[in-house]
Amino acid sequence: MNQVFRTAKALVTVYYAYMVEYRAELFLWALSGSLPFILMGVWMEAAQGRQFGLGPLDFARYFLAAFITRQFTIVWVIWDFEKEVLSGQLSNRLLQPIDPVWRHLAGHFAERFARLPFAAALVGFFFILYPQSFWIPNLPTAILFLFVVALAFILRFLIQYTLAMLAFWTERASALEEFWFLFYLFLSGLIAPLEVFPPEVRTFALWTPFPYLVHFPASLLSGLPVNVGQGILVMLGWCLLFFGLNRWLWRKGLKEYSGMGA
Amino acid sequence: MSVIIAEDLTKVYPVAVKEPGFKGTLRHFFKRTYRQVNAVQKISFQIEPGEVVGFLGPNGAGKTTTLKMLTGLIYPSSGKVEVVGHNPFKREPAFLKKITLLMGQKQQLIWDLPALDSLKINAEVYGISDADFQRRVGELTEMLSLEEKLTQPVRKLSLGERMKAEMLAALLHQPKVLFLDEPTLGLDVNAQVKVREFLRTYNAHYGATVLLTSHYMADITALCPRVILIYAGALIYDGSLEGLLDRFAPYREVKIELAQPCVQEKLAAYGEIEAVEGCMVRLLVQREHLTRTVAQILAELEVTDLTITAPPIEEVIGRVFRTGTVT
Repeated sequence: MNQVFRTAKALVTVYYAYMVEYRAELFLWALSGSLPFILMGVWMEAAQGRQFGLGPLDFARYFLAAFITRQFTIVWVIWDFEKEVLSGQLSNRLLQPIDPVWRHLAGHFAERFARLPFAAALVGFFFILYPQSFWIPNLPTAILFLFVVALAFILRFLIQYTLAMLAFWTERASALEEFWFLFYLFLSGLIAPLEVFPPEVRTFALWTPFPYLVHFPASLLSGLPVNVGQGILVMLGWCLLFFGLNRWLWRKGLKEYSGMGA
Repeated sequence: MSVIIAEDLTKVYPVAVKEPGFKGTLRHFFKRTYRQVNAVQKISFQIEPGEVVGFLGPNGAGKTTTLKMLTGLIYPSSGKVEVVGHNPFKREPAFLKKITLLMGQKQQLIWDLPALDSLKINAEVYGISDADFQRRVGELTEMLSLEEKLTQPVRKLSLGERMKAEMLAALLHQPKVLFLDEPTLGLDVNAQVKVREFLRTYNAHYGATVLLTSHYMADITALCPRVILIYAGALIYDGSLEGLLDRFAPYREVKIELAQPCVQEKLAAYGEIEAVEGCMVRLLVQREHLTRTVAQILAELEVTDLTITAPPIEEVIGRVFRTGTVT
């Protein structure tokens, strides 16, 4: 156990150093996740004239919470993994007595810390612009949000890493992620909170993994009504499913790996 | 007991085939065709503990594919492979801790950080204690002359320094079996010599088994008493380097300086003429006739100087690869 902790510490420390090597890039990445702010403006304007069940302030808080959620759940493992498979760099990772996934996870985890100051600055800037939207969630909500957002990150990572496994068979696995992103954009609550969707679409969406990646944690944080128990159970179910699929594809995929480029 | 055992090891790859031109592109898009490439065909060999073996072959012969199968990176199509008592493809931690594969074209060090950061990860991954880590890094740094280089970002190192840092990273866990794929690729002559010296010392110090591929014959002659030749995926020679030369170079080059020029017809009676430039003559003479032929030349011609040399190893191996046979 001690060795596991030491390895995790070394991985996170080194990958944190790697992430902060390019500070300007980090800031731009944090900024590039500001799509919720743009959509917030659109929905707040729309809420003035129509009844969506949510007022302009609800929209402002929801999209800010969506921005924060996205900052914690950004995943890029498919591009890194695809590059490693296609260039043969995966070989070096496979030669070490540790599953390559831990390096990717450490990179993502370390990046969260490196990104945090930039994201916090953007949130502060937002409250300066919209002081009426300022709110502080109570402690249990904040703790529950952190738990749910961590679960959302794990689910997002598992989904993308599972799609990444297809790089063993096809040279453009990331194209699948682009396709997947279309559904993610629409059903996750990134473009609009699920509350504004027709009831049938909302019911359908709640059985898919997408709303749990943005809408569920963002609603929780912004104080919109959510079924916490059901949400967490559905997330765990999807996590288990993708974990099983991932490990199966990993074992099959390794037999296809040819260590190209060398 | 052998450290490396390969029996009828085979790897067949499907490779997509595309005709050139627009029609070919369309056909390739709608109906992809594949052909099977026999990268490695039923090769068998065994390597004993502490041996240093050169693994030679022209580009595309199957050397790297074989190394990848021996290290568990790729799955063999058929055949059996066992390395330090393990099936490499299972990639058991106990196996991975005993081996290393250094690839000249691939790097494991994180490009933007000092090598020491990557080494720290390796230390934890391989379960090396802090004290051992300090001692081993110190030892290897000295052996590789890498002082003060480990704290610079890897991208700022020269190619030679980077290769040596990669070597340090690959050997930090003190593997018992070293698979080295072009370890001196792109290095200048001095750096090549240092790497060879280092490998010789490492082998002597730790009793490590080494399987080495290189296109630099100097690596092979300096390090490998035994060589395995592979051509088009098939093993064509496995034995001593000297035996290889005896078998594939059954001739010697005789350089003669004559007092006065001689007609070529007369010279041809002594051996195969390589070159004639005035009084300078170069002949290839079968080894079994060498003594008799040299005596004959000295008796029949007015010779001012005569030297006998073995053909360079590059030429011998090049000849084997050109013909692709052992006969």
